[in-house]
Amino acid sequence: MHIELTEEQKLLQETVRRFAEEVAGPRAKEIDQTGEFPRSFFDQAGELGLAGVSVPEEYGGAGMDTLSYSLVIEEVSRVCATSGVILSVNNSLVCDPLLKFGTEEQKKEFLTPLAAGRKLGCFALTEPGAGSDPAGLRATARLDGDDYVLNGNKVFITNGTDADIALVFASIDLEKKHKGITCFIVPADTPGYHHGTHEFKLGVNASGTTELAFDNCRIPARWRLGEEGDGFKVAMATLDGGRIGIAAQAVGIAQGAFEEALAYSQQREQFNQKLADFQAIQFYLADMATEIDAARLLTWKAAWAKENQKRYTLEAAQAKLFASEMAQRVTNKALQIHGGYGYTKEYNVERYFRDARITEIYEGTSEIQKMVIADWVLKA
Amino acid sequence: MAVLTEAPAPPAGVDFGLTEEQELLREQIRRFAEERIQPGAQERDREHRFPLEIFEEMGELGLLGMLVPEEHGGAGMDTVSYVVAMEEISRVDPAVAVTMSVTNSVCCWPINRFGSEELKRRVLPELASGGALGGFGLTEPGAGSDVGGMRSTARREGDEWVLDGEKAWITNAGHAKYYVVVARTNPEAGKRGLSAFVVPSDAPGFSVGQPEEKMGLRSSRTAQIYFSGCRVPAGNLLGQEGHGFKIALATLDHSRIGIAAQAVGIHQRALELAVQYAKDRVQFGVPIAEHQAVQFKIAQISTELAAARVLTYNAAALDHTPQAGRLSAQAKLYASEAANRACQESLQLHGGNGFHEDYEISRLYRDVRVTTIYEGTSEMQRLVIARHLLS
Repeated sequence: MHIELTEEQKLLQETVRRFAEEVAGPRAKEIDQTGEFPRSFFDQAGELGLAGVSVPEEYGGAGMDTLSYSLVIEEVSRVCATSGVILSVNNSLVCDPLLKFGTEEQKKEFLTPLAAGRKLGCFALTEPGAGSDPAGLRATARLDGDDYVLNGNKVFITNGTDADIALVFASIDLEKKHKGITCFIVPADTPGYHHGTHEFKLGVNASGTTELAFDNCRIPARWRLGEEGDGFKVAMATLDGGRIGIAAQAVGIAQGAFEEALAYSQQREQFNQKLADFQAIQFYLADMATEIDAARLLTWKAAWAKENQKRYTLEAAQAKLFASEMAQRVTNKALQIHGGYGYTKEYNVERYFRDARITEIYEGTSEIQKMVIADWVLKA
Repeated sequence: MAVLTEAPAPPAGVDFGLTEEQELLREQIRRFAEERIQPGAQERDREHRFPLEIFEEMGELGLLGMLVPEEHGGAGMDTVSYVVAMEEISRVDPAVAVTMSVTNSVCCWPINRFGSEELKRRVLPELASGGALGGFGLTEPGAGSDVGGMRSTARREGDEWVLDGEKAWITNAGHAKYYVVVARTNPEAGKRGLSAFVVPSDAPGFSVGQPEEKMGLRSSRTAQIYFSGCRVPAGNLLGQEGHGFKIALATLDHSRIGIAAQAVGIHQRALELAVQYAKDRVQFGVPIAEHQAVQFKIAQISTELAAARVLTYNAAALDHTPQAGRLSAQAKLYASEAANRACQESLQLHGGNGFHEDYEISRLYRDVRVTTIYEGTSEMQRLVIARHLLS
């Protein structure tokens, strides 16, 4: 038991904090309101190695460990949750499965530009009728000679408006249910690949969330990721890792909101004293700090377990469940400490409050996490 | 029992694993706890019986002076190992665990930290070997969370200190041989007018009141202790005159980790009982574990347990750092509140059976309640944490 970051990890943390404050921070409020996808942020993050933090250097990544990755997502989300999820998707949901399941050729052709941040990836699993239950997806892939032909619709695809490459899950045989699901690498410029326009959302508003449509979209068979029928396994394994990223995002959002509330409580005076001098406010701050620490440790523990090839499905689900619900409580209290000002766009805290909400939903709702956790605990 | 001679150099970076020695320690203590402590726990609770024989065995195993250096007869272990042991003992009987915690954390620890070499040699080997249990006299009827409001006094007379006053809620009272006691040595100096002493139970003028009837931890002993012209040797002063408040706070900073570990142990057991019951109990034609509402309760208990555990082990691993006070307060606050929720939910899942004395969860539900109160209420922990955040 030794919980201290290495010198490299501390340096990374400082570097990313400065980068996030200088590049992501100043635009956070604006892109939240306009919904404009911050492509230049992603490009610059890529130059720093943040698009493929845990991808080996030979494939364009930064070659760092999983904990370092969680630090990156936390620090970016601390100032801009939208920027955090853009990176999380590219790292966890696109680079990770390509590294784990891709052929050498696929890694060279697709992983390398994605991990270097020259290209942006998205992960297309969810459909209008298949959310928590991805086995019910309806998108199809038909083998035609040396090609697959894809048809179907995907929704809620983060990075979807701007992505250059999509990982698309489709069934080679709907009768086979989840055993028919297969994953494909689909460049966005493939004929028959369509994306919608940005959807305005409650929070993380500039993350390019949109729908994708595949209309006889033809790709070479060698772009299939894994074997036919492996898609469900690929998706589940990928989401295990993705949960670490979302947990880190939730920790970052909560940390950002907490810092704003702490500072505000030390400036704002009512009844002739600072808010921080009131016991009720002190108690809010104490609870917030305690829960943030717990969530961060759970996130680090899941990252440590993944890095050391230990079981981490349970740990990642617990971290994601706890951190996302914690972020909801902490941002709510941070807004409350700000009073009426917290409800205005003048302060950042209302944005943190809105951004936190999605962490309880995407990459597995809290209810799905509980199903995963109960399954592990009850079969142990 | 495995004894660590010297802690190995910590590995670089984050490591959530236990060392081999710590894993082995956990296995050994779990076996001992299940064989020697668990079997009579329900009866002892019902009869309010303090199990002296168990503490003799625990002393022989080194569990009562875990953090005392070997040169003074202790096991010389690190704080993480102590947390492992507290968790395992609490899992089977929180009432036994509180005696262990008090002897280790609020008696041996301040003596080892602040006592003179002569005092340590005189009392630590006996405490650490189980030859004597320890107690801690801080709280008074009118001074609970507000330690500075205490009224007990100590005055110097020749080579002795003479104590007068009373202390309340003293765990191990009547069974302990040595008590660390804080009393006022200067009525004008406020918090700087307090000093800490070791008071042996055979000191003239020392007496013990009737055992308190408690809601939980019934087989542990709690009573008032009284000092009436009670004389102890000058060498029994801990640290310097006037350092009593500082010593008390430092001791509580440390001991909170033990209570956090106690809460984690209870929480662990509440989860195990919930899982077992959910698999066994059939309603609507299926084990209740197949109902989603039951599954989600178990998921929640398990997740909060994981959170309480990482906070507690982190506080133990970082107990030598400047944030130690905040971390132990956070661990104690969260772990105790979470363990209370866990016992509440586990009992709920047991339905009417959970309300019956024959079911272990009903005892845990009573036992866990005090963890948000003693060694600093949740409210005091929040004050400690806020003070760190705002300083």
